[in-house]
Amino acid sequence: MAQELEFQNAYKYRINVCCSSGCVPFGALKVLKAFEDAVKEFGVEKECKVARTGCIGTCSVGPAVLVEPGDYLYQSVTPERVREIVRDHIVLGLPVKDMLYERNAYFKKQHRLVLRNAGKIDPSRIQDYINMGGYGGLLKCLTDTPQAVINELIASGLRGRGGAGFPTGQKWSLVARAQNSPKYIVANLDEGDPGVFANRTLAEADPHAIIEGMLIAAYAIGAEKGYIYIRSEYPLAIQTLQKAIAQAKAMTLLGESILETPFKFDLELRFGAGAFVAGEETAILASVEGKRAMPRPRPPYPANSGLWQKPTLIQNVETLANIPLIIQNGGAWFAKTGTPKCTGTKCFSLTGKVNNPGLIEVPMGITLREVVFDVGGGVPDGKKFKAVLVGGPSGGCLPDTLLDIPIDYDSLVKVGAIMGSGGIVVLDEDSCMVDTARFFTEFCVDESCGKCTPCRAGLARLKDVFGKITNGAGEMSDITTLEKSSSFIRDGSLCGLGQTAPNPVITTLRYFKDEYIQHIVEKRCDAGKCFKSRGEEEIE
Amino acid sequence: MSTNTVKLKIDGVDVTAAEGTTILKAAKDVGIIIPTLCSLEGLTAYGGCRLCLVEVSGTPKLFPACTTPIGPGMDVTTQSDKLKEYRKIAVQLLLAERTHICSVCVADDHCELQAMANQLGVDHVMFERNWSREEIDSTHDFLVIDRNRCILCTRCIRVCDQIEGVHTLDLKLRGKDSQVIMDLDEKWGNSCSCTSCRKCAKVCPVGAIYVEGEPIEHTKKRDVAEFIVERRNRK
Ligand SMILES: Cc1cc2nc3c(=O)[nH]c(=O)nc-3n(C[C@H](O)[C@H](O)[C@H](O)COP(=O)(O)O)c2cc1C
Ligand code: SF4
Ligand code: SF4
Ligand code: FES
Repeated sequence: MAQELEFQNAYKYRINVCCSSGCVPFGALKVLKAFEDAVKEFGVEKECKVARTGCIGTCSVGPAVLVEPGDYLYQSVTPERVREIVRDHIVLGLPVKDMLYERNAYFKKQHRLVLRNAGKIDPSRIQDYINMGGYGGLLKCLTDTPQAVINELIASGLRGRGGAGFPTGQKWSLVARAQNSPKYIVANLDEGDPGVFANRTLAEADPHAIIEGMLIAAYAIGAEKGYIYIRSEYPLAIQTLQKAIAQAKAMTLLGESILETPFKFDLELRFGAGAFVAGEETAILASVEGKRAMPRPRPPYPANSGLWQKPTLIQNVETLANIPLIIQNGGAWFAKTGTPKCTGTKCFSLTGKVNNPGLIEVPMGITLREVVFDVGGGVPDGKKFKAVLVGGPSGGCLPDTLLDIPIDYDSLVKVGAIMGSGGIVVLDEDSCMVDTARFFTEFCVDESCGKCTPCRAGLARLKDVFGKITNGAGEMSDITTLEKSSSFIRDGSLCGLGQTAPNPVITTLRYFKDEYIQHIVEKRCDAGKCFKSRGEEEIE
Repeated sequence: MSTNTVKLKIDGVDVTAAEGTTILKAAKDVGIIIPTLCSLEGLTAYGGCRLCLVEVSGTPKLFPACTTPIGPGMDVTTQSDKLKEYRKIAVQLLLAERTHICSVCVADDHCELQAMANQLGVDHVMFERNWSREEIDSTHDFLVIDRNRCILCTRCIRVCDQIEGVHTLDLKLRGKDSQVIMDLDEKWGNSCSCTSCRKCAKVCPVGAIYVEGEPIEHTKKRDVAEFIVERRNRK
C-alpha cells in the first residue's frame, strides 16, 4: 500500500480524461491517446499521470478533461489542442483559459456523494479506489456485528434509489431475519428507462463502490452469493465491472475468507436482454433463474422468498454505492444531507430542452426549479419553459406552477410524478403535451409484459385514443375514456410498470387539459406536432 | 401443517379461516362469490385478469383476491361503485382487445367472458374494437386454437403443465402481441409433447381452444383440474 501511495505521489499533475459512454462518441479515446503522446513528447511523463476515468459530469461539452491539482476542467477537448494543454498547463503552469469550463451553478448546487470518485479515479485500478478510502467501509463493518451495521443503515434514513423509495435498513432487517438459507443479493443495474444513464455512468466510473456496497450488505444479512443484473447493451459498464470483480478477488475482497476472516461472498454478473419490465424486482428474479422476465404477485416478498425461493435482497446500484459512505461516516452524518424523511442525494439524468444536460447529483429536497434553471441553466434559445417530465417514461408532466415543490419521493407522488430511476426531461414551448403523452404511452405499450388486463389491453386502447385525437378524429368523450381507463390501469395493474404507465396521461390531462380540448374541438396543435399526414412525419 | 386461524371481515361478515388462505377462498367459504376469470381451482393462481380486485380498508390500494392471503383484522369489501366500474372496464378491454363476436363463436352461451359481461351489466364497449387477425391453428387431429378469442388467462398453459404434466403450451412475445404457442412455436399437429388429453379445451373460459365438431357443452369441464387434484390427494 505504501508503495502504491509513493507511486501516486510521485506525480505532480494528473490528467483525468473521461472515457465513459458519454464522452467516447465525442472522441475521448483519441484525446486520451493524444495526451499520452504529448506527455512523452514534452518529456513530462514522470511528473504527469494521464488517467482514463469515468464521467466527470459535463457530458454535453465532452470530451471532458480534469487536470489536478486545482480541479481545472477542460471542455470539448480535441486531439489537435491537447499539445497546447500539456505545453502551457503542465510544462509552463499556465492553464489554457479559453477551453476551461466555467464552474457555474451547474456544479455549485450539486452534491456528489454517490459520484464521489467519478472522474477522479481510474475505474480499472482498484488501487485508485482504495486511495480514496475505498473498502474502508468494509474493513470497518467486519469489526462490527451485522446488527450494528443494519442499525447504522436505519439511522441513515437511506431509501431505495430504484424508484419506490423503500427504507433500505428496514429491507435488510427483513432479509436478515428470514429463516431460510442460503440468502442472495441482486444488484439491479437494468436501467430500462430510455434516456436514463445514471446507473451506467456509476458502474463505468466507480465499479468498486457498488461491489463494496454489496459486500457490506452481504455481511449484514448473511448472504454468500450475489448477482449484478446488468443489461447487455452496456458493454463498457460490463467490462469495467468484470475487471473490478477480478481485481477484488485477487485481493481477497471477494471469495472465500475475505480479508482473512470467516466471511465469504461470491459475485457474478447476469445479463438482461433490455426489457424495461425486467428491472421490476420479481421479473429480475425470474430472469436470473433463467425464466421469462414476467412479474409475479407479491406476497411472497423476495425478502422471504426470492431467488430459488430463498431470502433475497434486491437493491439498486445507486442505493448500494451510498452504503460504504454510511458505514464509514455513520448514519447520523448521512442524514444531515437532504430532508428529514428523505436523506442523502439523488442522481438524475437531466435531458431535453435545457442548457446543461448531463448526469447530476443533487441533495434530496432541492426544488425542481433549482434543478431546471440553476443546475440545468434554463431553456436554451430564448424559448419558453413548458413542462418537466419527472420519473422517466412513466413519470408525470409538471407545469411551471409546480416547480417549487421539493424533490423527494412523497412530494413527487402527490403531484402525479415519481422518482422512478431519475429521468428528468425538460420540455419547451415547441412540445405538444398531447403528443408527449402519446409518445410515452406507446413506449409502455411496447414494454408491457402482457400478463395483466389493465396494462396489456388498457394501454393499447389508450394508444388508439391518442391516435384518434392526434389525427383530427377526436371527440370530447375520448377525454372521459382516457380518464377512466388510466385510473383503472393505475389502480388495477399487477406491477409497477402498469401502475405508473398512465402517469403522463393523467398529469397532462390534469395540468394541460386545454391542449386536449384544442386538439379535439379546434383540431389545432400549436406546437405543430399533430395532424400530420404520414409523408410529413417521415420527412421530419 | 399449520392450524393457525385468522379472523377477518368480508363485506361485513365475520370470517375465520386458516392462515395462508386467499381472500378469494375465504370469501367463497362463506358464500361470497368474487368475480374471476383467470383463477381456476386446482391450478396455481396467476393474478392476470384483475376481475377479482377487492378493497381493504386502511389503504387506497386494490388487491387481487385470488393471490392475496388473508390477514388478521382485515376488513375486505368485494363490491363497491369503484370496483364495479373497474370490473366493467376490464371486461370491455378484453372484449375490445381481439375479435369477439358471440353469435359466431363456438362457445356462445358457454363462455365465461360473455357470462361475466352479462352479470356485470356491460351493455356497450367504450373502446374502439381492435379486430385482430391472429393465427388459427387447426392442424391437430381434433383440437383447434383460435387466438382471436384468447383472453390470455393462461389456464390452458397451467393445466397442461401442472395437471397433465407435459408443458406443451406456453407464451411467446409480450404485451398485446403475446400468443399461446405449442412447443417451440410448432403447429399443433406437429407438437411432439402434446398427449391430446383435451384438458386445455376443457378449462378454456372462452371459445379459443375447442374440439372440432363437438358440442361445446360436452367439451367444457372446467372443474377438471380441481377434480384431479382432489383425487391425487386422496388418502
Ligand atoms: C417496470 C419497472 C422497472 C424497474 N426498473 C428498475 C431498474 O432498472 N433499476 C432499479 O434499480 N430498479 C428498477 N425498478 C424497481 C425495482 O422493482 C426495485 O424496487 C428496486 O430495484 C429495489 O431496489 P432499491 O430498494 O435499492 O430501490 C423497476 C420497477 C418497475 C416496476
Ligand atoms: S402491469 Fe404490465 S408489465 Fe406489469 S405484470 Fe401487468 S402486464 Fe406485465
Ligand atoms: S391437449 Fe393436453 S397435452 Fe395437449 S396442449 Fe392441451 S392440455 Fe396440453
Ligand atoms: S381471478 Fe384474480 S386476477 Fe384473475
